[in-house]
Amino acid sequence: MSNTKDSNSNLIPVDAIQPARLELDAVRQKLSEASGPKFWRTLDELSDRREFGELLEREFPRQASEWVDPVSRRGFLKLAGASMALAGLAGCTKQPLEQILPYVRQPEELIPGKPVFYATAMPFAGHAVPLLVETHEYRPTKIEGNPQHPASLGSTDIFAQASILNLYDPDRSTSVTFMGEPSTWANFVGELRREVGAPGVVSRQKALRGAGLRFLCGSTSSPTFAAQMKALQQQFPQAKWHWYEPVHRDGVRAGSKLALGGYYDAVYKFDAADVVVSLDADFLSGAWFPGFVRYARDFMSRRKLDGREMNRFYVAESSPSTTGAKADHRLPARAADIEKIARALAAKLGVAGAGAVQLTQEQQNWVDAAAADLMQHRGKGLVVPGVFQSAAVNALAHAINAALGNTGQTVSYIDPVEVAAVEHGHSIRELVDDVNAGRVDALVMIGGNPVYDAPVDLEFEKALGKIKVAIQLSLYRNETTDHVHWHIPAAHYLESWSDARAYDGTVTIIQPMIRPLYDGKSAHELLAVFGDNPGASDYELVRGYWKTQHTGADFDMWWKRTVHDGQIAGSASPARQVSARLAALPAPENAGAEDIEIVFRPDPTIYDGSFINNGWLQTTPKPLTHNTWDNVAMISPAMAQRMKLDQVKDQADHQSDAQNILEIEFQGRKVEVPYWAQPGHPDYAVTLFLGYGQTRTGRTGRDADANTSRGYNAYSVRPVSAQYSGGAGKVVRTDKYWSLAVTQGHFSMDGREPVKVSTLEEYSKNHNFAHEHREEEPHDQSDSKPESLYPKYSESGWYKDYSWGMAIDLNSCIGCQTCVVACHAENNIPVIPKDQIQRGREMQWLRVDTYYEGDAANPSAYFQPVPCMQCENAPCEPVCPVGATVHSTEGLNDMVYNRCVGTRYCSNNCPYKVRRFNFLLFSDFDTPSLKMMRNPDVTVRSRGVMEKCTYCVQRISEARIAAEKEDRLIRDGDVVTACQQACPTEAIIFGNINDPNSRVSKLKASERNYALLAELNTRPRTTYIAAVENPNPAFKSPAPAEKA
Amino acid sequence: MNATPIYGVMAEFDNPTDLVHAAKAAYEAGYRQMDTYTPYPLEEAMEAVGVHHNRVSLIALIGAMLGMIGGYSLEYWVSAVNYPVNAGGKPFHSWPAFIPVTFECAVLGASLAAVFGMLALNGLPQPYHPVFNVPNFVRASRDHFFLCIEAQDPRFRLDETKRFLESFQPEDVSEVPH
Amino acid sequence: MQDVDQLPPKGVRPPIIGPGYNLGTLNDRIAGIVLTKHTPVFWFAVVGLAVMIFGMLNTAIAYLFAKGVGIWGINIPVGWGFAIVNFVWWVGIGHAGTLISAILLLFKQSWRTSINRFAEGMTIFAVMQAGLFPLIHTGRPWLAFYWLFPYPNSMGVWPQFRSPLIWDVFAVSTYFTVSFLFWGIGLIPDFATLRDSAKTLAVRRIYGMLAMGWRGSSRHWNRYETAYMLLAGLATPLVLSVHSVVSLDFAVSVIPGWHTTFFPPYFVAGAIYSGFAMVLILAIPFRYLYGMQDFITLRHLQNCGKLMLATGMIVAYAYGLEMFMGWYSHDKYELAMVHNRLHGPYSHYYWMLVLCNIIIPQALWSNKVRSTPWMLFVLACVVNAGMWLERFVIVVMSLQRDFVPSSWGMYWFTKWDVMTFVGTMGFFTLLFFLFIRFMPAIAITEMRTLLPQAKVKE
Repeated sequence: MSNTKDSNSNLIPVDAIQPARLELDAVRQKLSEASGPKFWRTLDELSDRREFGELLEREFPRQASEWVDPVSRRGFLKLAGASMALAGLAGCTKQPLEQILPYVRQPEELIPGKPVFYATAMPFAGHAVPLLVETHEYRPTKIEGNPQHPASLGSTDIFAQASILNLYDPDRSTSVTFMGEPSTWANFVGELRREVGAPGVVSRQKALRGAGLRFLCGSTSSPTFAAQMKALQQQFPQAKWHWYEPVHRDGVRAGSKLALGGYYDAVYKFDAADVVVSLDADFLSGAWFPGFVRYARDFMSRRKLDGREMNRFYVAESSPSTTGAKADHRLPARAADIEKIARALAAKLGVAGAGAVQLTQEQQNWVDAAAADLMQHRGKGLVVPGVFQSAAVNALAHAINAALGNTGQTVSYIDPVEVAAVEHGHSIRELVDDVNAGRVDALVMIGGNPVYDAPVDLEFEKALGKIKVAIQLSLYRNETTDHVHWHIPAAHYLESWSDARAYDGTVTIIQPMIRPLYDGKSAHELLAVFGDNPGASDYELVRGYWKTQHTGADFDMWWKRTVHDGQIAGSASPARQVSARLAALPAPENAGAEDIEIVFRPDPTIYDGSFINNGWLQTTPKPLTHNTWDNVAMISPAMAQRMKLDQVKDQADHQSDAQNILEIEFQGRKVEVPYWAQPGHPDYAVTLFLGYGQTRTGRTGRDADANTSRGYNAYSVRPVSAQYSGGAGKVVRTDKYWSLAVTQGHFSMDGREPVKVSTLEEYSKNHNFAHEHREEEPHDQSDSKPESLYPKYSESGWYKDYSWGMAIDLNSCIGCQTCVVACHAENNIPVIPKDQIQRGREMQWLRVDTYYEGDAANPSAYFQPVPCMQCENAPCEPVCPVGATVHSTEGLNDMVYNRCVGTRYCSNNCPYKVRRFNFLLFSDFDTPSLKMMRNPDVTVRSRGVMEKCTYCVQRISEARIAAEKEDRLIRDGDVVTACQQACPTEAIIFGNINDPNSRVSKLKASERNYALLAELNTRPRTTYIAAVENPNPAFKSPAPAEKA
Repeated sequence: MNATPIYGVMAEFDNPTDLVHAAKAAYEAGYRQMDTYTPYPLEEAMEAVGVHHNRVSLIALIGAMLGMIGGYSLEYWVSAVNYPVNAGGKPFHSWPAFIPVTFECAVLGASLAAVFGMLALNGLPQPYHPVFNVPNFVRASRDHFFLCIEAQDPRFRLDETKRFLESFQPEDVSEVPH
Repeated sequence: MQDVDQLPPKGVRPPIIGPGYNLGTLNDRIAGIVLTKHTPVFWFAVVGLAVMIFGMLNTAIAYLFAKGVGIWGINIPVGWGFAIVNFVWWVGIGHAGTLISAILLLFKQSWRTSINRFAEGMTIFAVMQAGLFPLIHTGRPWLAFYWLFPYPNSMGVWPQFRSPLIWDVFAVSTYFTVSFLFWGIGLIPDFATLRDSAKTLAVRRIYGMLAMGWRGSSRHWNRYETAYMLLAGLATPLVLSVHSVVSLDFAVSVIPGWHTTFFPPYFVAGAIYSGFAMVLILAIPFRYLYGMQDFITLRHLQNCGKLMLATGMIVAYAYGLEMFMGWYSHDKYELAMVHNRLHGPYSHYYWMLVLCNIIIPQALWSNKVRSTPWMLFVLACVVNAGMWLERFVIVVMSLQRDFVPSSWGMYWFTKWDVMTFVGTMGFFTLLFFLFIRFMPAIAITEMRTLLPQAKVKE
């Protein structure tokens, strides 16, 4: 097919480039004539003219020279397309034509230099992540959560934070192609709807009532989309819709059918739960758990020791997760055992039909303790089943919650939020069966990359070959693109109108911030091509749909308010009265004790692979392993020992671990993976992470130098029968090695106490556990007898109005890395390639350290976000020979980039090692689209300059200007740092410590408040609130905190 | 141009002892405007022609003072007056930190003063000097020792002085033209 | 001339100058090296090689300026690597010269006379190598070049005088200037000698200019001697201060393994140790190649050996003290530092250093070794290798594991690190050989004073 034409690509040697016949000015002329919607058509016309292509090539010698490998025509055209779009971008501001509505009282007209915020939402795995988007001169530059929206309360997750980079990604698909040849949207529509001659797909299928027409979509909850589906069902009654998300929730679906007799979504109220038991539910780990952001907030609201009773958290998990790290009682167990544990728990709580099972002593202890606690807290307990767990576990959880009367209290059930609640595994299998049976004429794939991520045993790629017309709508040209006839570049969610529903059903109208950079199309527009009104824009479709839904007067007012607020007031789905009864559960599969289980999980930072080309997420350390740019296969340390896997000598400090490569065999298929001995991983099990190993993606997603894909492809061994876990895996050690890039090499505290932790019991006895070595700590500046020879700057008028400080609650931090990505986005931090990270040159200003303490089989884990401490006696300052880092009158440790000569002495002398250095020219000064993305308030640092966290000084200045205009002081809450704003659990609090009523002052007043390395008398402005765990006193095996 | 037709009379010896002996005698004879030229520093010769103290040390001392004061006051003015910054909570005038630079400046000032003071007092560089006209004077930097009685000396009488010098059996006695 | 390397009978110390020389022959012998028309072949060989290595240095630096310091192995936490290690190493070597000329002069050690000239040359060339590194190791050298010096600029910003790096700038540049002056005025009378013994007009003119019209007048000698003594007196505290200041770069910081008060004496001792090693490394080949055994006799070699032994013992004591303090402070970070030295990922560097700087040099107790040039030569090489390792251990091992375990890291040097380091050796050799070819490598004037015939008989 097209890709074969591609591989023997008719080459254009770089030197054979003719001087273009068309002069640049002429193009500019043409562009300037064109305006408004006509603009893009003009570019299309231009693109047909060969000399324009040459001109572009000549205009971008850098890209041209980048093609050391043979230049494929497509590669050339991709760049040409991008360059074209950008040629346009340079000129005009690209606010959408339709009226979009800025958030809160802000002028709707543009004030240069003043950001404008808009409410919208990101559709993620079918659910809406409600957002506020900051735009500068109509360019979206930063993503925040929507504080009004129940699913966000102002917080976000890493994917939302990083999605802005996808918008500006120069590697995005830029033009419609047919059989790999460039075409246009007009051609596509014309081709599909052709009446004369050989009829196009649409006409053809109209006749057949859609018998051969199939749609394949990822999860979506867009009401407009649903309406369009219904309309199409009228036209094509026989057409079928199939659904496949690589990270689907089939277990949840099947479980709810099993226990509740129908498809329902569970909505949890963690703030109402005194005891939470997680059966492999990683609701504190990532957005793939619907409602993650809100759940994290609710759950942690009960662990802040602010007077409310602290909840207790039991976790049994089959693969270590940040959720397990926060548990009071964590039980590592293989996925198959989780079901046994669930049954035992249910049985102990008197749930009928649970059946009897045999547990190990450790498991039994855990079950007993959890059961006892749940019993004590009837109606105030909560059992959460994992989205990756079997139907049985989900069903059992529902049954337990029902039996304990938790239903209605801590958990309620609503109709599925998604448009179509189906089990994706079955759905895609049906599709492939239909295709193989020759029943499919045309397949429309909306999003997704099934050739890469469909269950491997379905051999989707083969099936695709049997289809007459395959159409793909996607952001990137990916593996699937090579096998389709039509490829349509998709519009990013920040470029198009749509709507989506959050985990609780609340609807958000998605408004675009910017017109499509690369002329992408939305799903709505694509569906419209099959309908009566092919020309319809997504704006018309979405608005039109809601007009039909709107009851009552003045739709315009309602529309304005809704779009402005970023949600339809009171659109949350009503709770359904359901009764859970345990029908006959499928018999548990009995895995032998030595039988190795393979577990599949979405990658913590690049998810199912859709973020493979996102440099921010690639360089974000995976929370537990802190490796970047690769995926690993997690095994237990015990297993690593048994297999005599080479531990590189003093692996402790290596930024680049050379790891044994293991060969994993699962159901007859093999994949080679670098291993990672993960403390707390269940023994006799391997966790494989999805999303890596893509062969066909952008410059970031592949290893350009080695010209190979990054990491290994876990989909290549993921059968439809065992989507998340399965037994009977084989693991063989090979002699090959793989070097990872790890940002934290040493996971033990080595007898030091960066993280101070105690248990609720201990804490009630000893409130000062965080200050056991008080004699080492310096006394407060306000102390009567000063022990310092230094002058008290505070007395000579410094830090008078403002004295900025930060407090980080270690209890609340779930190590989700959202703050890290937010900081990355806010501060124009460059993306660091793998080899540089291996050299120990990562650039993130904020890092989240992870420490493991105690038994490697089941240690307790702690997370500690470490920004710049902004020490009052900063060791970095006096050693700088040129005064490039000095103290401000507001207590900030300022970094003066244009003064820095780069001696790196400051970094050497920083006890916290929070400084970052531009060893090479890391920032990208060339790519035009990335220039548009940058935060205009923050310098883009060049080579040879030291940099570090500034407490988001640009935000402080903005607040100060606003305050001074109103002739007042900055109020508490006026300044919110990027990390604080993004944090789902409010673990980071920033503010003015001069003001005794500020949140940060109140937090710092706690006796749990301590400074890192206080004995050095650096007097950090950033302090930590010591962690307190709440283990069950009655628990038999030692509680984590005592182990530490 | 010159009051006297010649610069002086030069006696050449092949060992330091004779030179010193002659120089001493000349001094006793009342000659003052004279000098010895030796391949290496020769204390006795210096004393013989009455060269004792010099002002190099004084100049060096002044140099040291200037360097010291200059160094410290630069630091003070920069750090406490002109561009005061709070570096790690240390005082603007952190005198202990200013000592090393002050010391270095003092040493630098003293050394420069000593060397250039010495050259200045010696009137160096001086490409031309009458004594170089003496044909054998090249050995003054090798293995021969010279005593020159200059014409400016009030007691200088060409033939008389010549005879006086020849009385010490030097290798050679010659007139030194301008 | 081998016989001069035969040890004299027991109890008799070898002379500091061979027998049978008078002012004239001494002159011809030393000035001959410079004034000869026939440059020896080995000279061309060595200089040719040195030029090539010097070219490598230039390549490395050009690439460095083009790409940035990222071409080296440094990272966070190890922000200083080869560059600073080499800097400290070269500065250390640069100490022996001034020490020999100044301190030994004040102590009236007449044996210093024949080695002080090229020891001073060595000092200057070594300091030139050293001075290179702080400049090129900065992220933005084009700014560092002038922002480190206090000059009035349009931005109205000045250096931050609390920073030890600024102290370094002043200390090293002062040291260089003073050593240069010292060397320079020492050369003036010798230039006069060369001028007067020159065979061709051109040569006479050149050295004439350099001699500035020196004519050996007693008045001049008088002031000259004062100035020379003054410089010696000034250089003595200076030479001690320079490496103390360098050591403050580390001592002032908070990093365990750096933050300690005994660094200054420890560094100075180490500097003299490596300095004398380098003197031997240069002197032993030199006396063979140019047959200078009469002027650089076994006596000189023995004395250098003894000085190395002495300073080596001080250094050994410092190593011990470092460990003891770590233990005695009972500070968990200091203890960890000690443990890291002995058992950490770089412990092999540490043990190598102990071998090179403490164990092997004990051979110097034996008079036999002290009087056998080739043994001394090998020992000197070992010691200098050891001293380089010492700096590596201090700089890298301390940074590599400091306070917060999560930010511990490793350091691997790159080929560019090595090219730069080796390159400076080439540069150094080049300068040194140009020096012995065109300037009197032994102070003729001072040597004269050692001859019996130079004394005035009563």
